[in-house]
Amino acid sequence: MTVVVPYGDTAGDAMVQLSFTLPVPPDARAREVGMQFLRNNGFLEPQVVHVAAADRDMTFYVAYAKAPMGVDPEEVTETEVEAPRLTFAEINALIERELGRPLVVLGAAIESDAHTVGIDAIMNMKGFAGDYGLERYPWIDAVNLGAQVPCERLVREAQERRADAILVSQVVTQKQVHARQLTKLVDLLEAEGLRQRYILVAGGPRLSNTFAKELGYDAGFGPGSTPSTVAAWIAQELVKRIRTEG
Amino acid sequence: MKLDLDRGLTEEAFDLAGRIARPVVEFAKGHTTVAIERTVVRLFGVDGVDDLGVPLPNVVVDALGPRLGEGVALPLAQLCVDTGRSPQQVAESIAAGEGEVSESRHSAEAWELAARLAVEGDARIAERRAERDELVARYGDPPTPWLYVIVATGNIHEDARQAQAAARAGADVIAVIRSTAQSLLDYVPYGETTEGFGGTYATQANFRLVRAALDEVVEELGRYVRLTNYASGLCMPEIAACGALERLDMMLNDSMYGILFRDINPQRTFCDQYVSRMINGRAGIVINTGEDNYLTTAPGHEAGHTVVASNFVNRALALEAGIPECQIGLGHAFEIDPDRPGQLMEEWAIALLIRQLFPGCPLKYMPPTKHVTGDIFRTQSLGTLFNLIGVATGQHIQLLSILTEAVHTPFLSDRMLAIQDARRVFDSARPLRDSLQAVPGGPLEQRAGVVLRDTVELLRQVAGVGMFAAIEQGWFADTPRRADGGRGLEGVAERDPGYHNPFLELWEPQLRRWAAA
Repeated sequence: MTVVVPYGDTAGDAMVQLSFTLPVPPDARAREVGMQFLRNNGFLEPQVVHVAAADRDMTFYVAYAKAPMGVDPEEVTETEVEAPRLTFAEINALIERELGRPLVVLGAAIESDAHTVGIDAIMNMKGFAGDYGLERYPWIDAVNLGAQVPCERLVREAQERRADAILVSQVVTQKQVHARQLTKLVDLLEAEGLRQRYILVAGGPRLSNTFAKELGYDAGFGPGSTPSTVAAWIAQELVKRIRTEG
Repeated sequence: MKLDLDRGLTEEAFDLAGRIARPVVEFAKGHTTVAIERTVVRLFGVDGVDDLGVPLPNVVVDALGPRLGEGVALPLAQLCVDTGRSPQQVAESIAAGEGEVSESRHSAEAWELAARLAVEGDARIAERRAERDELVARYGDPPTPWLYVIVATGNIHEDARQAQAAARAGADVIAVIRSTAQSLLDYVPYGETTEGFGGTYATQANFRLVRAALDEVVEELGRYVRLTNYASGLCMPEIAACGALERLDMMLNDSMYGILFRDINPQRTFCDQYVSRMINGRAGIVINTGEDNYLTTAPGHEAGHTVVASNFVNRALALEAGIPECQIGLGHAFEIDPDRPGQLMEEWAIALLIRQLFPGCPLKYMPPTKHVTGDIFRTQSLGTLFNLIGVATGQHIQLLSILTEAVHTPFLSDRMLAIQDARRVFDSARPLRDSLQAVPGGPLEQRAGVVLRDTVELLRQVAGVGMFAAIEQGWFADTPRRADGGRGLEGVAERDPGYHNPFLELWEPQLRRWAAA
């Protein structure tokens, strides 16, 4: 077991950087209030390096402290989707060879989510960060339903278009609403007995693979995911399923 | 800092934009919509909801049924004359299933009453405008760029509290973000609301509540603080009316946003934008257009000309609706890809180009969002660059970049940090605008020249086929929208020969004069 602690400028110094706001007036006691807050939370040797008024009775802090606990990396399981990275050409070749027909991917931002940024970044021709979107893959039939798609419509479209994979984007993060909406889709698919028919993938800034799996998805892609990572995983997962099903 | 632009091209662009806008306005003048008629009902003083929570303006206009094309003003006025009741009482009785909308013949008294109610509605708007004029005269205007921040807690009481905090921290303009799904509601929710997704609803009561909260701070700070909301979606004119009655100062009010980005029917949107803009014009409200959205779907270095072309069209449509240039806040955005060499120069060129093309317009400059990640330190430094270009090119309204963009709705402290950064950059770099000169024929001027040429080329194509066809072709934002597709077409009707709207009677003859102000 090797426990590691944060590295500031010396091995083992355990230094972390924090910023936070407390609902206290920015008066003469404010700095000590911030220090005590950090001590109460178990941080050691806190240093408040910046105190500023964020409003009449709000104080903003920047602070450094030693973190009391380390972490053993061996005890942690991965949260990111694990699949070999493949290039645009390799993904197309894999689908052509193993499936012999275009892979059908349906994408949407569901329910109240009006943000197409996430789903567009993965689906649109132009893609994201220089990585082409799924629409540009000759062996992927990518259908982007856009934003505010009711779960009921998404399920209907998936059946009509004989989708292999459903890609759901959730950008809105307020008050855990993204989780409720993602769960709704899973519930609906299960109620209709369709859950096993599709590779179900969620993506969004508040999503990790672990969290998506907890919600009943096959995979989750968090911030910074590129179209080719998503495409490579879906293609390999589908191939795996076809092989195991014989 | 001035660019040497091809005057022939700029003049052609203004001319083309006028030619594109006029048929759209002609179309609007031949039609009405449920939202326009509900606006008439609202401005006649009707407010509230029925037992099922349906807003009374909807109840009244729905009662017109297939007679939408006649307009609601005369039937409603006739009921008032016949029963001796106020529009509010008549609306309540229709909601209770008692009143029925009269036949198509209207008495002279009904005509007179409709005209008088319109004059009264107009006076209420004028009164709020005068109030603002007086406050601005008393406190003066802040230096530009104005610091514009958003609040988006989803609870209007929390929004009001954060709006006050932002104003105290130095914000000049506060936008209360509304719930993401509101664009698609064919009614304006009622009352003070404490829920929503990514924001809470735009309602007249919410407008009033935040306006009052800000007015408290205005007095405390000795500085006028502007309030913004969204007159977009399926209820453009109604929300404009609510804003006009509660002294909002700015409204997001794009002519095409709903069509392209919310799949609202083009016919519906073009009718609604015309009347909503007329109200904003009358109310002295600065409209903000939404060209930043073009850049969230396409890279900035490829889509710059679509932004500028849309600026020309939005301006022309606003002028046609009676909005003077000083109230046309044309939009654009700092959506550079920071990892692409030379992007800051290219963005500087476009920001300067737009500034120079529309010198009379209070330009609204939007912050980076597309290339922003969870690396808040990187976002903060991008925001600083954005602030530098904003002040150096003389932008008017700067929607501040927030370091936690793409992470969560802004924390109280995120907003404070944004305001501090903007102030620092603006105060220290303001003299740059009059100190720098682009190298004649150098990369910056060349870049601006290319964008201008591409803009004129796009405008020529649009003028050739007309706006509806251009949208159907997907020439704006790569998003094709059919004239008979999208949401809300069922709420559009051709005007009958006997169509009457006393507000249009009152305002339309004055639009040219307003726009020239």
